[in-house]
Amino acid sequence: MKGLAPILFAIVALAMVPLITSSNVVINFLVMALLIALVGQGWNLLGGYGGQYSFGHAAFFGTGAYVTAILQMRYGINAWVGFVIGIAAGALVGAVIGLLIFRAGLKGSYFALVTLAFAEVLRIVASVAPITGAGVGTLLKLDLRPEAFQFQSRALFYWIILAMVGLSLVLTRLIEGSRFGAYLVAVRENEDAASALGVDATMVKLCAMTISAAMTAAGGCFYAQYFLFLDAGIAYGPWISIEALLAPIIGGVGTVFGPLLGALVVKTLGEVTKLMTGDAPGLDLVIYGGVLILVVAFAPRGIAGLFADLRQRFGFSKIGGEGSRG
Amino acid sequence: MLSPVILFPAVLNGLMTGAVYALVALGLTLIYGVLHIINFAHGALLTAAMFAAFFAHKLLGLDPYVAAVLLTPLFFVLGYGLQRFVIGPAAHGEDRNILLVTLGLAVVIENALLYAFRADTRTINLPYAFNVVEIGPAFLAVPRVVAFVVVIFVALALWLILRLTDTGKAIRAVAKEKLGAELSGIDVAHIYAVTFGLGTACLAIAACLLISTYYVNPQAGNAFVLIAFTIVVLGGMGSVAGALIGGLFVGVVESLSGLWLGESLGQIGIFVMFILVLLFRPSGLFGERA
Repeated sequence: MKGLAPILFAIVALAMVPLITSSNVVINFLVMALLIALVGQGWNLLGGYGGQYSFGHAAFFGTGAYVTAILQMRYGINAWVGFVIGIAAGALVGAVIGLLIFRAGLKGSYFALVTLAFAEVLRIVASVAPITGAGVGTLLKLDLRPEAFQFQSRALFYWIILAMVGLSLVLTRLIEGSRFGAYLVAVRENEDAASALGVDATMVKLCAMTISAAMTAAGGCFYAQYFLFLDAGIAYGPWISIEALLAPIIGGVGTVFGPLLGALVVKTLGEVTKLMTGDAPGLDLVIYGGVLILVVAFAPRGIAGLFADLRQRFGFSKIGGEGSRG
Repeated sequence: MLSPVILFPAVLNGLMTGAVYALVALGLTLIYGVLHIINFAHGALLTAAMFAAFFAHKLLGLDPYVAAVLLTPLFFVLGYGLQRFVIGPAAHGEDRNILLVTLGLAVVIENALLYAFRADTRTINLPYAFNVVEIGPAFLAVPRVVAFVVVIFVALALWLILRLTDTGKAIRAVAKEKLGAELSGIDVAHIYAVTFGLGTACLAIAACLLISTYYVNPQAGNAFVLIAFTIVVLGGMGSVAGALIGGLFVGVVESLSGLWLGESLGQIGIFVMFILVLLFRPSGLFGERA
């Protein structure tokens, strides 16, 4: 299938990194960037292709993370099984919230506002409910066995998150080329026209939101396994909602590679800021916010858009693989 | 059932709190009514105003009520500039972009404050902060009564500005029919910026009223803005009277539910109300337009 070769190439290239360096700093950095790429791909599916800008993807990330952690710690369920159930739980939350929102006909600013409110409700509930450890947080037991989804070597974690990102890229590419993807873009461009032509807009948005939530929840499940600690601010906090939309918007909204590119750029920026100013809280986010405004103002199609422009200018225009945003 | 001796002060206190909520909501609803955007930077701007009021007292020794006289025009200019030179040009007229730009502004302002002042919570001590007024069985703190009166005056002033002045008429014209207003020679970009400035100026007043009884930290404004969103939706997006009534209503609801359910659940109550209203009555309880 067209467009899968670049994905394979990118993933294989990234998979080489642990063979070249064994530096934990590099691997940790890339794991975080890939995690954001995965979470951002979830956002991108709904926001980039479907045009529904969510400000509350933390709702799905946190649900995935908490379900994985709580099933293991309180019910002794195997980590891998918990992982799968966590993703399913995230998808379910996405479907329920989506059903409520889309049936009420909320879009645009309202959609952003309600998704934000749902994430905040979950954050407040998680910060008082006993099952999440309330204010203390949930600590996962250290158990470095592959059966428990914990590894001695960071490289294994890296390859797992890389594989997940690879899967999300392939899935997005397949959706992009499918009938469902075409419906989704049609709804983004003009919902009334799409409905008039027989597209069930509510159903299309609902499916997109469910898949989107599942991808983002997968990121949350991985986060729990990797860091072994959660509290309400980490799992449901605004930071993840913001990074989830920052990556695709900077990388190229509504493109397959946008979230991955954006996540690498955002995380690099964050690290550079930390190196230059020490570990002062807030400054990296100031830069993220500034970059967000600058990208919207001067490069609304993100880095992928800039590449596309360059390619066109120098005459290598090739159809396919590129984003569908014109 | 609770006796009126407890109920009456709770309702009055709710009205006092609600007045400040209403002022924050007024700014939000004004911007929404004219620009048709939800300003996600509203909370961060409120926090910034609270810090300004705090430092005006700390460094210049200004009483918050005196500071309000200085900060209100200052924040009007700030809001005007933000809309005219940042949000307007960056958004290219697309709603989705405006959402992102105001979100970006919120992130920048909130974290710049966090970077500059750390997460510490600050309060100021005023000699009259604990004075009370006695109304029947209720004892009300003086700053809260002052806040209530000021908010009523501000709402009235805003209403008069919108009704009587040329700028007010232009604002209403742009809100109703942007293209028509533009064709009759109204400078829409200017009116947008004026509206944004007015909304931001409301925050400066709210901040000065709040700072005498409330604390400030880099997240202080957010709590109020989520309440303000609820109020704006309750009162009907874009309605000045709706924001005022909605604000007072939410204040009383919060006060009474605090009485029955305890403080910690009060916050969730507001969110749940917010989501329910958005899902089932997006046009608002007081039924403005859909």
